[in-house]
Amino acid sequence: MAKHETPLLDQLESGPWPSFVSDLKQEAERRAKNEAGVEYQIPVDVCEDILGILELSFKHGRTHWKHGGIVGVFGYGGGVIGRYCDQPEEYPGVAHFHTIRVNQPAGKFYKTDYLRSLMKIWDMRGSGVTNMHGSTGDIILLGTTTPQLEEIFYEITHNMDQDLGGSGSNLRTPSDCIGQARCEYACYDTQALCYDLTQEYQDELHRPAFPYKFKFKFDGCPNGCVASIARADMSFIGNWKDDIKIDQEAVQAYIGGEFSPNAGSHAGRDWGPFDIQTEVIDLCPTECMWMEGKDLKINNKECNRCMHCINVMPRALRIGDDRGLSILVGAKAPILDGAQMSSLLVPFVKCEEPYDEIKEVIENIWDWWMEEGKNRERLGELIKRQGFQKLLAATNIKAAPQHVQEPRSNPYIFWNEDEVEGGWNRDVNEFRKYHQR
Amino acid sequence: MALDYEESKEKIVAALQKKQKTKSKFYYNDLTKILGCKPREGKKIVNQLVQEGVLEYWSSGSTSMYGLPGTGKQAGAEGED
Repeated sequence: MAKHETPLLDQLESGPWPSFVSDLKQEAERRAKNEAGVEYQIPVDVCEDILGILELSFKHGRTHWKHGGIVGVFGYGGGVIGRYCDQPEEYPGVAHFHTIRVNQPAGKFYKTDYLRSLMKIWDMRGSGVTNMHGSTGDIILLGTTTPQLEEIFYEITHNMDQDLGGSGSNLRTPSDCIGQARCEYACYDTQALCYDLTQEYQDELHRPAFPYKFKFKFDGCPNGCVASIARADMSFIGNWKDDIKIDQEAVQAYIGGEFSPNAGSHAGRDWGPFDIQTEVIDLCPTECMWMEGKDLKINNKECNRCMHCINVMPRALRIGDDRGLSILVGAKAPILDGAQMSSLLVPFVKCEEPYDEIKEVIENIWDWWMEEGKNRERLGELIKRQGFQKLLAATNIKAAPQHVQEPRSNPYIFWNEDEVEGGWNRDVNEFRKYHQR
Repeated sequence: MALDYEESKEKIVAALQKKQKTKSKFYYNDLTKILGCKPREGKKIVNQLVQEGVLEYWSSGSTSMYGLPGTGKQAGAEGED
């Protein structure tokens, strides 16, 4: 029989979806049986107590967790988030229930023996409960006691070559899409850049000195599979400078129904024959596509990289050959309100080792934000407060047409007096010769 | 000019102790204000102070702060006083 009665949680299992309540019950049972003979280092009934305290929170309509604390591993200011429960007598299994963030491998590639090794450590020294993965991308190990923290840290760093991730006012664990490893749209090697910057900025990742969190995310193309544009302070999005490559024969094969549009991903229903006009050309947001006889034409100068045509006809249209990335800044996705998208800062930069140009932009931004940012102010909020032009000055980037959404809509670029020939002074008499009062 | 470690340590400890009645946790930029330096310049010193146990980290999970070890409510809650 279960340790605690949980009628309110049991109700959650009745819906059609997979339930975390069922998962926790299953894990509780597995721990109790202990068929693998694990030498548990934290209470065996931790999962029962999670369910118990959650039921109590549902009953009271308020939380029984206390969040935050001084716990951590030696030398690191992030990666561990303290959590305690305020009913330790009744639920001793979760009296300490700290979270550990583990830096996920780039692209989230795993081998099963890696996952088994991780779970071997976590079953023994923690609750066995994980989030795969947290919003930032880390492997999240949920629930262990203070004495286990250093042990876990030692084992994952020494035996698994893995590091803790970022939390608090740190650079957060950089995260990337699967990139060139599997995807033909990837305009740069997201995993290489993600790994390089993770190594380069170890100090920023582990020792908090920022006003607040700071996130890097790497998308190989504008499809944005890690949604960097929506949630990273600095989004690195793959891009190309030349033309979309067109295979006219393949275009005809799509029109003729030989190739399925969207690589067959909408094949579950009969949508009728593929119509390039309504399904591709008419949907182009900048209206830069048309058919000339049997040829598909694209006015590439107008393309805004929405990726729709390439996604629909991947065998006919391919990303250009002159590839690199665009850097956008200032997104945030807070839980309650104030979500903001990134703004374009660097329209195009080649992505080549040792990435010095990219690092220069990053470090200039940090210098500015660390000095000018208020406590708990994200980069996007500082840009809004001080203006995009201040950011351009801080990064030594000249204002460019790509920084303006459309003429006269966001005129945040102003001339300074020293940038204008003759400054603000003028000869009024000369002016009046041509302009009446 | 590079900051002197011992001098910086004295300044920080004195300033933090003075504010103990009202505050036990400090943002990183409170520390650099005490030192009167730019944020990046103070980082090595603050790191060293943490390594030596003169300061300790406190984190809510989203924000990090610094304090003198054993001060504030948290230490009591974690059975460390």
